[in-house]
Amino acid sequence: MSTEPPFDKDNGTTPPSRRKILTASTIALGGAGACALAAPFLESLEGPGADLRKAESDDKAAIVEVDLSDLKRGDHKQIKWKNWPVFIQYRTKDMIAALKEPALKALLRDPDSKIRQQPKDAVNDYRSINPDYAILIGICTHLGCIPNFRDVKGYAHKGGFFCPCHGSQFDNAGRVLKDMPAPYNLPVPPARFIKPTILRLGESAAEPHFSMNDIQQI
Amino acid sequence: MSPPPHKPDLEHQSGQRLSFLYSFYKHFSHYPMPPVNWFWCLGACLLAALGLMMLSGLFLAINYVPDTHQAFQAIVTIERHVPSGWLIRAIHMAGATMIFAALYLHIGRGLWYGSYKAPREFVWLTGLLLMALFMVTAFAGYVLPWGQMSYWGATVITHAIESIPFIGKPLLNFLLGGPELGDIALRRFFILHFTLGFVAVAIIALHILCLHAVGPTNPTLDSPQPKRVTRPFHPFYTIKDNIAVCVFLIIYTILIFYLPHLIEKQANLLPANSLKTPDTISPEWYLAPFFAMLRAVPSQLGGLAIAFASLLMLFALPWLDRSPKHNATYRPLVRLGWILFFTAFLTLIVAGLEPPSTWWIWLSRVALLIWFSVFLVILPYASFRERHSKGEKS
Repeated sequence: MSTEPPFDKDNGTTPPSRRKILTASTIALGGAGACALAAPFLESLEGPGADLRKAESDDKAAIVEVDLSDLKRGDHKQIKWKNWPVFIQYRTKDMIAALKEPALKALLRDPDSKIRQQPKDAVNDYRSINPDYAILIGICTHLGCIPNFRDVKGYAHKGGFFCPCHGSQFDNAGRVLKDMPAPYNLPVPPARFIKPTILRLGESAAEPHFSMNDIQQI
Repeated sequence: MSPPPHKPDLEHQSGQRLSFLYSFYKHFSHYPMPPVNWFWCLGACLLAALGLMMLSGLFLAINYVPDTHQAFQAIVTIERHVPSGWLIRAIHMAGATMIFAALYLHIGRGLWYGSYKAPREFVWLTGLLLMALFMVTAFAGYVLPWGQMSYWGATVITHAIESIPFIGKPLLNFLLGGPELGDIALRRFFILHFTLGFVAVAIIALHILCLHAVGPTNPTLDSPQPKRVTRPFHPFYTIKDNIAVCVFLIIYTILIFYLPHLIEKQANLLPANSLKTPDTISPEWYLAPFFAMLRAVPSQLGGLAIAFASLLMLFALPWLDRSPKHNATYRPLVRLGWILFFTAFLTLIVAGLEPPSTWWIWLSRVALLIWFSVFLVILPYASFRERHSKGEKS
């Protein structure tokens, strides 16, 4: 070893020494550089098409017209809207009647759709702009599985949805039963009928500025 | 008992539980360094570049698809639609150039200062192994975008392997998983490229282990005034290495942001087309010397053998030059030899990048002649004379 003074000592100068300041500022600058370098890497994890997805969700391209003239009462169809499955069911008279029954409503967690899971024009016993049709986003509010069509127990042929993942049961209007893993009713997309059997998804007549980002949870 | 002034307190207070830290202190913090110059900082630069390569490579792999129908589109998606994807890919592409630039300088440093000599043969050999590994990794990586240059580069190399007598065809079939460059081959190139990065890390560990067993060469030992004073690695060389890495990263950044045309060939912006070879096909600069060798020799197999033998010369170096003197600065004949060799190497790089012409092919042949003469004539002769005259004196 040389006869130089120990390199990690202050050599008798008053603290903080030049070395300490230089070390601290080097670490600070290096740390800032590392953070700046981390930014593009973390950003890239958004994945391809993050820019496209954003553009799509911003513009009006997410408007789809669906022809429902091929549905008979009791039939349903499933379409894709904004990458979400949308269930459309043409209700039977029985189903429509059941949705107003106090006995069924007593089983529900949020029978009057108080939680914002739908545009204003779907806040009613049918959770729909037209009692004849159920129009729901088929994504369970628990952990995102896609429910099946299955009647509520004790309400045969009255319709309903059942999530196979953790057993959440919804009624035909997408309202979740009490004591189920799913916390909220199924989301209702903005929609309006432009002809008796032509549905326009993505546009709400009552709330022109309604966005799916406004609801509690998909 | 108060700790010695230059030892961290931690070591003493925590006692045996932290005894593994002794190795750390011994090999990084307190490692005694001879008075080496700035050329000894290239290893640290290479480590920094490799770290960036592994990071950017991992993030590219997330969005890449090793499929001949989707690979090119996956690269376009990374460049255009993955947020900052263009930057991560630029870091990865420029990284290849930066690694090879530093690698060749690092090896050139080893040649000039005799770092390959006893007792450092294993440092030298593991280093050369790393060079070979980087060449294969870089080539495999270059195939992945499945552009025109990727495809035709891979075609040329696979045909070169095919020309090996007897085993060529079966070997190629074995490597590619079929007779042609298809999906299976591309997937294998991807796996090879990905895996070799980690293999390189293991060999780097071995390389550093070999180095620390004997310590770096001292470039002043052959001079009239040798300096034998050593300094601890920290802070003297941690600071020096850090400064060198900063300069290295600045050049790296300039390459990424201001000279992007240097790191990607235009022809590779077209998807691979097995029916049309690009008009001018040239390798990446770091493989150009070996491409020039292939072209300089009129026989297919001969070119391959010469390129292979040229690398073999480097591996044999510790036994071709057995003089006890290290530093070429103080060995006039060896100094001339290395200057000739460096010139030949640079000539071959240019020759490999230029379109083939009689002029460049002959220049490549002269360079090849110099390459082999340096290793097989100048060095053994200089070494013999130095050992002989030393023997006479003593």
